[in-house]
Amino acid sequence: MNLFEYSRPEDPSTAAKAGSADGASYIAGGTNLVDLMKLGIARPTRLVDVNRLDLAKIEWRSDGVLRIGAAARNSNLAADPGVRARFPMLSRAILSGASGQIRNVASTAGNLLQRTRCPYFYDGVSPCNKREPGKGCSATDGFNRIHAILGATDACIATHPSDMAVALLALGATVVTLKADGQTGRIALDDLYRLPGDTPNIETNLKSGELITHVELAAPPSGARQIYRKVRDRASFAFALVSVGGIVAMENGRIASAALAFGGLAPKPWRDPEVEQLLVGQAPSTEAFEAAADCLLKDAKGRGDNSFKIPLVRRTLIACLRDLTIDGAEA
Amino acid sequence: MTKTPNSVTMDESAERIILDRGVQGLVGKSVARIEGPLKTSGRADYANDTKLDGAAYGFVLTSEISLGRIKAIDVAAARSAAGVLAVIVDHPLLPSDGSAGNASLKRVPRDLPEVDSYGQAIGIVVAESFEAARSAARLVRVDYDEREGRYDTTRHLEDVEHEPKGGLIPDIKRGDIDAVMASAPVTLDITYTTPHYFPAAMEPHATVATWTGDGVEIHSSLQLLKTARAMIAASLDLDLSKVRVLAPYVGGGFGGKTGTGPEVILAAIASKETGRPVKVALTRRQTAHLVHHRADTHQRIRIACDDEGHILGIGHNSIVSQKAGRSFIEPVSLGTLAMYKGEARSFTQSAVRLNIPVAGAVRAPGEAVGSLALETAMDELAERFGMDPIAFRKLNEPEKDPLRGSPFSTRRLVDCYDEGARRFGWDRRNPTPGEVRDGEWLVGMGMAAATRINLLQESHARVSLRLDGGALVETDMTDIGTGTYTILAQIAGEMLGLPIDRIEVRLGDTNLPPSSGSGGSFGAASSGSSVALACETIIAELARRMDVSPDQLVLKDGVATARNVQSSLVDLLDGDDIAAEGVIKPGKTARAYSQAAHGAQFAEVGVNAVTGEVRVRRMLAVFDCGRILNARTARNQAIGGMIWGISYALHEEAVVDKRTGAFVTRDLAEYHVPVSADVPAVEAYFIEDPDRHANPLGVKGIGELGNAGAGAAVTNAIYNACGVRVRDFPMTLDKILAGLGPV
Ligand SMILES: Cc1cc2nc3c(=O)[nH]c(=O)nc-3n(C[C@H](O)[C@H](O)[C@H](O)COP(=O)(O)OP(=O)(O)OC[C@H]3O[C@@H](n4cnc5c(N)ncnc54)[C@H](O)[C@@H]3O)c2cc1C
Ligand code: SF4
Repeated sequence: MNLFEYSRPEDPSTAAKAGSADGASYIAGGTNLVDLMKLGIARPTRLVDVNRLDLAKIEWRSDGVLRIGAAARNSNLAADPGVRARFPMLSRAILSGASGQIRNVASTAGNLLQRTRCPYFYDGVSPCNKREPGKGCSATDGFNRIHAILGATDACIATHPSDMAVALLALGATVVTLKADGQTGRIALDDLYRLPGDTPNIETNLKSGELITHVELAAPPSGARQIYRKVRDRASFAFALVSVGGIVAMENGRIASAALAFGGLAPKPWRDPEVEQLLVGQAPSTEAFEAAADCLLKDAKGRGDNSFKIPLVRRTLIACLRDLTIDGAEA
Repeated sequence: MTKTPNSVTMDESAERIILDRGVQGLVGKSVARIEGPLKTSGRADYANDTKLDGAAYGFVLTSEISLGRIKAIDVAAARSAAGVLAVIVDHPLLPSDGSAGNASLKRVPRDLPEVDSYGQAIGIVVAESFEAARSAARLVRVDYDEREGRYDTTRHLEDVEHEPKGGLIPDIKRGDIDAVMASAPVTLDITYTTPHYFPAAMEPHATVATWTGDGVEIHSSLQLLKTARAMIAASLDLDLSKVRVLAPYVGGGFGGKTGTGPEVILAAIASKETGRPVKVALTRRQTAHLVHHRADTHQRIRIACDDEGHILGIGHNSIVSQKAGRSFIEPVSLGTLAMYKGEARSFTQSAVRLNIPVAGAVRAPGEAVGSLALETAMDELAERFGMDPIAFRKLNEPEKDPLRGSPFSTRRLVDCYDEGARRFGWDRRNPTPGEVRDGEWLVGMGMAAATRINLLQESHARVSLRLDGGALVETDMTDIGTGTYTILAQIAGEMLGLPIDRIEVRLGDTNLPPSSGSGGSFGAASSGSSVALACETIIAELARRMDVSPDQLVLKDGVATARNVQSSLVDLLDGDDIAAEGVIKPGKTARAYSQAAHGAQFAEVGVNAVTGEVRVRRMLAVFDCGRILNARTARNQAIGGMIWGISYALHEEAVVDKRTGAFVTRDLAEYHVPVSADVPAVEAYFIEDPDRHANPLGVKGIGELGNAGAGAAVTNAIYNACGVRVRDFPMTLDKILAGLGPV
C-alpha cells in the first residue's frame, strides 16, 4: 500500500519545511489530490495538511487589496459580500464550478493547482507524458473533446480545468508564497503556470515545497464591468468547454481598458495581451470584437473532437464583449 | 394452513380487474414508500452495507488490453504486499465478464488465457481492507501477446451479420419497401445514430459472498434473482439448492443488474479460497467495462407517404454492435413494429462484431433508442407536409396492429395526444423554427409519441394472513427503487381489507417464492398479479369459513362482512395462519392482443443562440399504461424515464477509444447524465384504462415507457427552436453550433 506520513502543522514555516521534503505534498480540501491518490496517480509519501495554518481568511487591506487565504474555502470566497460587490466575476466563476459539496471543502490554492481532467491521464494506463514523461500522449489523436486549442504541444494537449483561476487571471491576481528557506515569494498568476513544451509533467513554476499562502487582488478599475461566462455540456457540475472572464472599462464610448482570460482553451488559464491591446481605444463594434477573436485564435489548432472550441470561443467572446460594452448598463 | 397455489395463465382475458373487489381504498392512492424511513435513515442495508464478521475485501483484476493472450501474470509482489490474503488468477471457474441468460458466465480459459475485451476480469486480489486489495492489484504485472481488434462500428458497417444469433426479434419484411420508396410521391430516407450508453445505476455493483458448508450465500445488487441464482450455480458448478441470493434493497439497476456480473462469481470464489466472507465492490470506473452497456446503433429509417401524408411503407433497419460470440442484439425496431400505419414494412436488426465489452439490456432496450430515430423522422416528415406533428401522427394511427392484424388490448394514444396537447399548451407552438426568442435563447416546442411493449413474466408469491391480524407477503421480487414493497403491500391490503401498516413485505431472497424480478417494466404486473392471486385464495377460504361466496364477502380494516354478519379476520383464522401461493404465467392473450403502453411526450427547450447550449425548460407527458397502483410511485417511474430521455437527447455518450477498444468516459465527471439543474419542471399524467388482456390487475409497465419518445420530444423541440436537425445523438452543443446564425 502507498503508506504516507501525515502532519498538520500549525504555522506556515513549519509547513514549508515539511513540504519541501522528498515525496511531500500539501493537502487542503483533498477533492483533487485524494482522487488521484486513490487511482494511484499521485503517490505522495508525506502529506502536509494546510488546514491548521490560519490561512482561511479573506481580508481587505487598507490599500484596497483583497488578500485571500490559500486555505479559504471556495464557497466562503464566493459568498463574501465584498467579493460579490467588487469582484462579481470571481464569485460567478467559483459558483459555476464543481458542486456545492465540493466547493465547501475546496480551497483557493487547491483550486489553482488542481490537475487536468484529461481522461487518459486519469486512467493510469494509457501513454501519457504528464503522468509518465516520454511515454507519449494518448489524446493528440484520441478522444480530445475537452482538450486545448492554444498553448499546447504534441507532447500534451491537456487543459487546466479551473474556473476560479480564469477570473483571478483576468483580475490580475498575484500569488504569495512561502519558501522552505523562509523567503516570501510573489508570482503573477500568469507566471504560476508553465506551458507544457516537452515537459508537461512540470506544471508550475513553484519551487519544491513552496507553499501558497495567499492570493492578492488589487482593486479593479473603477466603473469597469465584469463578466464570467462558462459554456458547458450541462447546466451544472460540468467543467468548462470554454469560459471567458472579462473586465472592461469604458470612457467616452470607447474601451479604456480590457482584461480577458479564457478557460478550457489551453494548458493554463489563458490571457493574451495582444487581444486586449487591440480592443483598447476602440468603440464597441462587431468588427472590433471579431478582430479580437481573430487575434486570440490566430495560432489555434483543433485536433478533431475539440475543433468546435474555435468557433465556440469566438462566438462566446463576441457575446461577452457586447455585454461588457453595451450602452446604458454600466456596472 | 397452506392452500394449493392459485395459478393463472393469461390464456384468457380477465373477466374483471381482480383489484376491483377491494374496498380498502389503497390502490391508486399516492402512498409513500413503506421502506422509505429505513432508506432515509441509512438502515436499509444495500449489498455493500452487508456486515459479516471477519469479512475480507476483494478487488477485481482487469485486463489492460482488448484482445490477445496472457503470456504470464506475475503476482509475487501483490501476494507479499501488506494485508493481502490471496491473489487468485488461475482458478478453474474464474469468470471473464458478465452475461445474460441462465448460462454460466464465460470463463477465462486456463491453459491459454485469452482476453477478448478491455477491462475484463482476469482475477481477484483479496485483502484485509479494500485499500490493501486495491493497491496490491496495482502490483500485479501481466504480460500480454496483444492482437489487433475491431473497435469502431462505423468502420465495419459493410461487414455485418444479418439476423444475428441471439436477436430478440426476428427480421420482418412485409410488402416491398424498396418498390414503395421508389414510387411514392413523398419519401424520407435518413440514418440516425446513437452512441453506447452505460446503465449508470447510482448504487455500486457490490457483492458479499459467504459459504456455509458447500452452500454459498450471495448478498448482491441484482435485478432478477431467479436468473442470477441459476447463473451463479452454473458458474460455480453447484446445484441450484446450494445457492441463496439476497438483494433486499437495490439502488437502481437500469438493466445493468440483470444477469450476473463477474464480481459476484469472483466474490464466491474468493470466499471459498480464503474461508472468509468476501466483499467485492466495483469502482465506478470499473463498471465501464465490467457491467454491460447498451450497444451503439445505426438506424436507417425509411418512410414513404402518399400526397396527403398517409404512410404507405415504413422501414427501420438497424446495425448495432456486439461483442463477438455474444447474443443480446439491441431490438432497435421494437417500438416501430406496430406504431404507425403502412402496408409495406421492413424491420431488420444486423450486427457488427467488435472486440469491445459485452452489450446488453439497458433502460428500454429497443424503444429508447429506436424512438429517437423514428420520432425524429416523423417530425421531419410532418414538416415536409406542413402538418402539425400531432395531426400527422393521428392520420397514421392504426386501428389494429398493422403488422400482426391483431387488436390492440388497449391503445389510448390519441387521447394522450389530445390531453397532452391541452395540458402543455401545444396550440401556442409556432411551427416555423427559429422565430421565438427570449433574450439570447431561441425557444421551441416539440413532441413525440411513446410506446413500450407490455410484458408479463411468470411470478410466484406467498401471502399469509397471520394471527396478529396482519398479513405477510413473500416473494423473491426485487425493489430497485421503483416502489415494489409499497405496491405489493397496497395490493395485499386492498384485497384482504387491511390497512397498509398491517402488511409486511419480504423481498429479495431466493428462499422465497420465485418472481419475475425487476426488468423490462414487467415487475409490477407480474409480481403484483401473483400477490393478488394468493390473496384470492385466502379470500375464498375466509368466505368458506363464513359460509358465503367470495363475491358476498367484503373485507375492510380487518373485518369481514357478509350478509350482515361481521367477523374480525383474526377470529376467522381459528388459531392458525392462512397461507396461500399465487402464480401468474403469460399465455395466449400475449399473442391474441397487441399489448403495449403508450404516451405522448412534450418538451419546451431553449437553445442559446450564441453557444448552442440546450436547456430543457419543461416537459410534460400523458401516458396510457393501464391501471395505476400508486399515483406517487407511478409518477416517479414516469418522470424518471422522461429524465433519461433528456439524457439520451443531450448528454449520455460512452466513448470507445477507437485505437484500444477501451471506454474513455469512465466516471460520472465525464459520462454525463442530467443533474438537477438540467431537469426542469417535469409533469406526468395518466389516462387510466385497465387492460384486462394484460394481466389480472389491468396494469402495464411504466418506467421504460417514460424513456420512449422523451428524447425525441426534446430534439424535436430543439429543431423548432433553432432550425438545426441533428441526427447523431447526443445533441451536444458542438453539433448545434454549426447551424446557428452569426452572433
Ligand atoms: C466532480 C468534480 C467536478 C469539478 N468541477 C469543477 C469545475 O467545474 N470547475 C472547477 O474549477 N473545478 C472543478 N472541480 C475541481 C475542484 O474545484 C478542485 O478539486 C478543488 O478546487 C481543489 O481544491 P482542494 O483544496 O480540494 O485541493 P487539494 O485536492 O487538497 O489539492 C490540490 C493540489 O493543490 C496543492 N495544494 C493545496 N494547497 C496548497 C498550498 N497552500 N500550497 C501549495 N500547494 C497546495 C495540493 O498539493 C494538490 O496538488 C471539480 C472537482 C470534482 C471532483
Ligand atoms: S493530453 Fe497531456 S495529460 Fe492527456 S494524455 Fe496527453 S500528455 Fe497525458
